[in-house]
Amino acid sequence: MNAKPVASSRHGREGLLLALVIWLLPVVAVALGLRRWLPPLASEHGAGIDRMISYLLITVGALLVLGHLVLGYFIWRFSRAERVTFRLASARAERRWSLIPILLMTLVAEGGVLVLGLPVWGKFYAAGPPPDAVPVEITAEQFAWNVRYPGQDGAWGRTDPRRLSLANPLGLDETDPAARDDIVMLNELYLPVNRPARLHLRSKDTLHSFFLPHQRVKQDAVPGMTIEIWFVPTELGTYEIACAELCGFGHFQMRGLLHVVTPAEFETWLKEEPTFF
Amino acid sequence: MAEAHLAESVHEPTSFLRRYVFSTDHKVIGIQYYLTGMAVALVAALLAMLIRLQLAWPLAKWPLLGKLFPAGMQGGVMKPEFYLSLVTMHGTLMVFFVISFALVSGFGNYLIPLQIGARDMAFPFLNMLSYWVVVPATLIMLGSFLVEGGAAAAGWTAYPPLSAVEQAIPGSGLGQTLWLLGMALFIVSFTMGGLNFFTTILNLRARGLSLMRLPLTIWTLFLAAILGLLAFPPLTAAALMLLLDRHGGSSFFLPAGLFFGNKLLPHEGGTPLLWQHLFWFLGHPEVYILLLPALGIAFDVLAPFTRKPVFGYRISVFSLLLIGVLSLVVWGHHMFVSGMSPYVGEFFSVGTLLITIPSAIIGVNLLASLWGARLRFTTAMLFALGVIALFGTGGLGGIFLGTATSDIYLHDTYFVVGHFHYMIGGVTLFGIFAGTYYWFPKMFGRMMSERLGKLHFWLTLLPFYAVFFGMHFLGLGGTPRRYYAFTKFDFLQAFKGFEVFITISAFVLGAAQLIFLLNFFWSLARGPRAERNPWKSSTLEWTAPSPPPHGNWGATPPRVHRWPYEYSVPGAAEDYTPQTVPAAAVPVTR
Repeated sequence: MNAKPVASSRHGREGLLLALVIWLLPVVAVALGLRRWLPPLASEHGAGIDRMISYLLITVGALLVLGHLVLGYFIWRFSRAERVTFRLASARAERRWSLIPILLMTLVAEGGVLVLGLPVWGKFYAAGPPPDAVPVEITAEQFAWNVRYPGQDGAWGRTDPRRLSLANPLGLDETDPAARDDIVMLNELYLPVNRPARLHLRSKDTLHSFFLPHQRVKQDAVPGMTIEIWFVPTELGTYEIACAELCGFGHFQMRGLLHVVTPAEFETWLKEEPTFF
Repeated sequence: MAEAHLAESVHEPTSFLRRYVFSTDHKVIGIQYYLTGMAVALVAALLAMLIRLQLAWPLAKWPLLGKLFPAGMQGGVMKPEFYLSLVTMHGTLMVFFVISFALVSGFGNYLIPLQIGARDMAFPFLNMLSYWVVVPATLIMLGSFLVEGGAAAAGWTAYPPLSAVEQAIPGSGLGQTLWLLGMALFIVSFTMGGLNFFTTILNLRARGLSLMRLPLTIWTLFLAAILGLLAFPPLTAAALMLLLDRHGGSSFFLPAGLFFGNKLLPHEGGTPLLWQHLFWFLGHPEVYILLLPALGIAFDVLAPFTRKPVFGYRISVFSLLLIGVLSLVVWGHHMFVSGMSPYVGEFFSVGTLLITIPSAIIGVNLLASLWGARLRFTTAMLFALGVIALFGTGGLGGIFLGTATSDIYLHDTYFVVGHFHYMIGGVTLFGIFAGTYYWFPKMFGRMMSERLGKLHFWLTLLPFYAVFFGMHFLGLGGTPRRYYAFTKFDFLQAFKGFEVFITISAFVLGAAQLIFLLNFFWSLARGPRAERNPWKSSTLEWTAPSPPPHGNWGATPPRVHRWPYEYSVPGAAEDYTPQTVPAAAVPVTR
């Protein structure tokens, strides 16, 4: 026996080991991916977001598996080769092979965003909230969520940053009649189930991000801006509000609670809740 | 004129200081960058270990660490603001002071003249200056841990108002100012380097080395230099504006009505979104500045260990070019939920997903390069194969984030953290390792240990997948990034065990890098002597001695007759044909 086949069999063994590992990686990934990771869904538009994510998990997951299978196969097959069996492709063959990634990516990525993604995005952002939406203003600060309802008159009281103080966290102007019946809460947000909620997001200091994991809502609150979003909570219960944009040392504990209640409970609560002034 | 220049460049400086410290030799400068990057990597990796320690056991007490970090971990319990400094500095150091140094400036300076047949960079003095500007930048960055309030803590993205207002977070004091100064110096240096790369590659190529005969490493470094020159200036401007907001009373990024510590701030008229646009106009191309050279290195390492040409050279060059162009117009995908107009968001989404097309072509070309090969599993080759796997996995994960609709949920979760660690963490790191194991013999004239190298590879690949693939699932679970602890939220309690698993994997990953360091320095001193061309490669650098002398080529610079991937030419005596072999001796096949 000369030295060459011995060397080749060593390469073959190394190739097989590497191929097995490369094949094992997507198996583990798929096994983990089949578990349910997202928190239970509790909003209307969230179904569209979940559909988008599921679509990507399936299609992109398939590409991930395929890619690793091919890589592992090539490694295994050509680790035992004694000589080069294929050298240079023709320019035409190279172009032809590029068609595969072009078609796949156009279909999977661009197709996904245009067919599945755009309508959900459009509904969430472009179409405004329905007229019967419950208006709430959420003003973020280090490290809490101020929640304000306009009260019985349906009008927001005027706020003025010069009136901000620890006792008046929103700087509400008490000379404004519309402000008299505003309701201000800290870290508690009440919403009626199956009715659109229209949120006006603001911030007093740094950036924050209003994140409702179960409702698939995430929107930055930016000082100097009032950003409107809307969504429809579809499940009764109490859910967590998290901050998703670094806002300071207390970022990790900037927690609020969303209470989704029946319309009747909501009306009662709104009537009984004391006003700010 | 040419003779005079030649005589001068071959003449080697004799004093130790001019030879090894203030050297204008591109090889010395390349190695200086590489070693500086390695030194900073030790710090940045240590920060990562502290981050993981905190996330796995958020309530634990570490008295020993308390003694080591009396300010940040008083009594052994980590403070939240110290944690945020760790996160900020880990990201900043790794992106700009490790990967940029080692991969772009290190390999770039070392390889460009050698792979294009030049004696040095076009502007050797500028080159030396670029290195000696990042030395103070690095010291300022590292030193910022020692100042009052600690290092910057607003994230590596330094979003204002957090980074603009001193009261916002302790690290937003002197630490943030030093961060901005360090970054500004880094950009100055990177600009000098980029000009040098660009000019050198365009003007100093050996006779016969047309652009379409350049090794892909050179192509990627060339594109990285152009991207850097185009994308960095806005960040320089932004850094200056932020400094003015902090210390000059201006309001570029600060609106009216900011209320901190029971006090209304006098700023008015600015918007924090402006910073995000300026930052990501650099930040996104920066990803490709780091990623592309790693892909180039992967191609160049694949060829000699498949003993065949890479697949689709020309299409790869055009795809890289297209990635570069597109990378300049997709920055908004970092801002889908930032408050930017949602209409713009959808444009950025469609644009971002266009990048998947040239990227997937590169992936297919890397894969197809293996077809029909005679594979040789050197450590360099293993890491190059790792680049393929990581680039595929990370790239596919990016589709979730580039799609604006799914990004609403995934934005700022650990899905993002996992994704970018695959790309600018993993692909680049594996590219650096592939390049190191491959070019070490050329750089230092000695071989590295293959046995230790392979151990290093396996103990890097497996924990890497465990840590960063795992993070994708945490992100699907909604885990927000930059949290000091996951103790306060009920919906995160299910992942407690998973966090511990990731931390232990990260410790293995970190410890495995000590094997690399051991191998590196042991081989430097004791490794077997390397011959001129130990891997039987065809590119120009392997025709120079190992290590190459000052001026690289002795009396006559090389002349190029063919493209860089001439392996297994039918009828040739050897299975590789250096670029310097004339067509009369061995036929040119492309």
